[in-house]
Amino acid sequence: MNHPPPERPPARVRVTSTRRDAPTRHDVRPLTRDLDEQSTLGEVYLSGLMGAQLRLALQVLAFGAVGLGGLPLLFVLVPATRSLTIAGVPLAWLVLAVVVYPVALVVSRFYVRASERIEAEFSRTVERG
Amino acid sequence: MGGDAAGNGVNTAYGLVAIIVVCVLTLAVGAFGLRLSRTTSDFYVAGRTVTPYRNASAIGGEYLSAASFLGIAGLIYTGGLDMLWFPVGYTVGYVVLLVLVAAPLRRSGAYTLADFAEARLESRAIRRMCSFLVVGIGWLYLLPQLQGAGLALRAVTGAPSWLGGLVVAAVVVANVAAGGMRSITLVQAVQYWLKLTAIAVPAFVLLAFWAGDGAPGPAVLRTDPGWAQPLHGLAGQGHPVYATYSLLLALALGTMGLPHVLVRFYTNPDGRAARRTTLTVIALLGVFYLFPPVYGFLGRTYLPELPAGAAPDTVMLSLPGLMAGGTLGDILSAVLAGGAFAAFLSTASGLTISVAGVLDQDVLRGWLARLTAQDATTVQGFRLASVPAVLVPYAVSLVVEPVGLATMVSLAFAVAASTFCPLLVLGAWWRGLSTVGAGAGLVVGGLLAAIAVAATVLAGPIDGWPGALLGQPAAWTVPIAFATAVVVSLATPGRIPRNTSRTLVRLHSPEDLALEGRADQPAPRNRSTISGRS
Repeated sequence: MNHPPPERPPARVRVTSTRRDAPTRHDVRPLTRDLDEQSTLGEVYLSGLMGAQLRLALQVLAFGAVGLGGLPLLFVLVPATRSLTIAGVPLAWLVLAVVVYPVALVVSRFYVRASERIEAEFSRTVERG
Repeated sequence: MGGDAAGNGVNTAYGLVAIIVVCVLTLAVGAFGLRLSRTTSDFYVAGRTVTPYRNASAIGGEYLSAASFLGIAGLIYTGGLDMLWFPVGYTVGYVVLLVLVAAPLRRSGAYTLADFAEARLESRAIRRMCSFLVVGIGWLYLLPQLQGAGLALRAVTGAPSWLGGLVVAAVVVANVAAGGMRSITLVQAVQYWLKLTAIAVPAFVLLAFWAGDGAPGPAVLRTDPGWAQPLHGLAGQGHPVYATYSLLLALALGTMGLPHVLVRFYTNPDGRAARRTTLTVIALLGVFYLFPPVYGFLGRTYLPELPAGAAPDTVMLSLPGLMAGGTLGDILSAVLAGGAFAAFLSTASGLTISVAGVLDQDVLRGWLARLTAQDATTVQGFRLASVPAVLVPYAVSLVVEPVGLATMVSLAFAVAASTFCPLLVLGAWWRGLSTVGAGAGLVVGGLLAAIAVAATVLAGPIDGWPGALLGQPAAWTVPIAFATAVVVSLATPGRIPRNTSRTLVRLHSPEDLALEGRADQPAPRNRSTISGRS
């Protein structure tokens, strides 16, 4: 309703009940309302949150891309690594059959904690305001 | 073929008992869950009250399919080291899913992928495309499950191939139609532990036998040392480096687009729980995937030549007979066969739930309402929809030649990576995504991937680059799909959904903020009859 009038009137649409509109709540705090109403302030907060989360996600993905995606490249560029063994176990088998899994778990754990920290900070900021 | 004539040395009686026990157990747990399943929300998303630990077991149970249980061991048997990229990719897919879409998806508050797309892009047309794709990917993924069931049942009992698929189809329809998501969640959670036990216990016993034999190495190392080295096994298609990267991309990005995986994220109570669930899933998968390579390696050691007419996918089932022999061998084989059946049942159930959900919401409901003058309840529609959801791929599985369980599954991943991955990632993170752009991305990615799948499945082996590009399409279809969605969106800024900002606020803000329009607060069980929502 508060949008500026467009050049031409928008096409008429039939208004029916929407699929997933729950009853809205009106007892919200001021800053969360900024988020709801997409005011400039709300936009700033949202951008901050999304940016922080996205940076974190891209860090994790970059780590994976280099760590895992670098392996075939290593095998191509340094053929000797293809048959390298550590204590009698071939390196490639060791990495791909075993080491990958605990590393994936540790990285994911790091991500979950970091992203929850970002969210906690966001909630604190918004609710204080 | 008689029992032992199948060339696997599996004792028919034990194997049959194991398979029957798994089927009965599945039905029994489902019936128990049925008592808890009352509302439509229960049917679709288990009332959103599933704890992360149980939900993770359920995701693990659902995800570890025929391709994981039998397929990987068979692949490693034939292809060697390079095939380890399959389980690695299956697991890494969850890391990608975790960091990019787990929490936003849950916070969208939608029931299905189609609901998410409609809510985010505010377009019925996009919704229809998504529904179409969910059904397509679901059926493509169900196909190898049903074929694998036929393969395993034949290896164990000598029954004709069509019977195994039929058994799985019947049990799945009975369970899904009866209990919906809530009972299935329990079934799947039990299935994960069943499968882990079924693959781990025989592995340890066989490893003990192997150590007792003086830990021999596979004979193949002397004749073909490449088996144990990287960049060799995928060379069947030529261009192993390309194939490796393309496969990794398909598996890493495709996981988030698998309909039966997505629907599980909506069963979490909130976004935080969705993340913690994913974390547990990664741990559970990591533990499971330690075992299939053991069977591939032992298979190469004790079964240098595959018996004529036996599929590599059944190598695992014949190992205990070769190594342990006697009653112990029979029992271990039976345990493996039971575990494999658990894998078919659980994955097929999960896929059927998602496909039935879409068929019900987008096809049957309107039709049923007209037919019965609104007398049919939503739950009846869902039950009815579960029948075609399984029977169509079953019919196709009788006609199409099997191309290998894991190959088929990786094609389903490639389609998912080329369609839903751009939609979900751009939808969750980019304000500039327009309705037209998202649609164009879906159409282009879906068409290219579908062409590659059709060529691979129908045309048989193709040589050189065309074969490599079509056999592992993700490396080019995914970037093209992303690029199409971005470029078309930039060209049509007027078609960016009006409420994009509002939707993104909901997708990304933590649950402890009281926001308007958050329709999905953790709800008491009796709140959610679907009539208010549809």
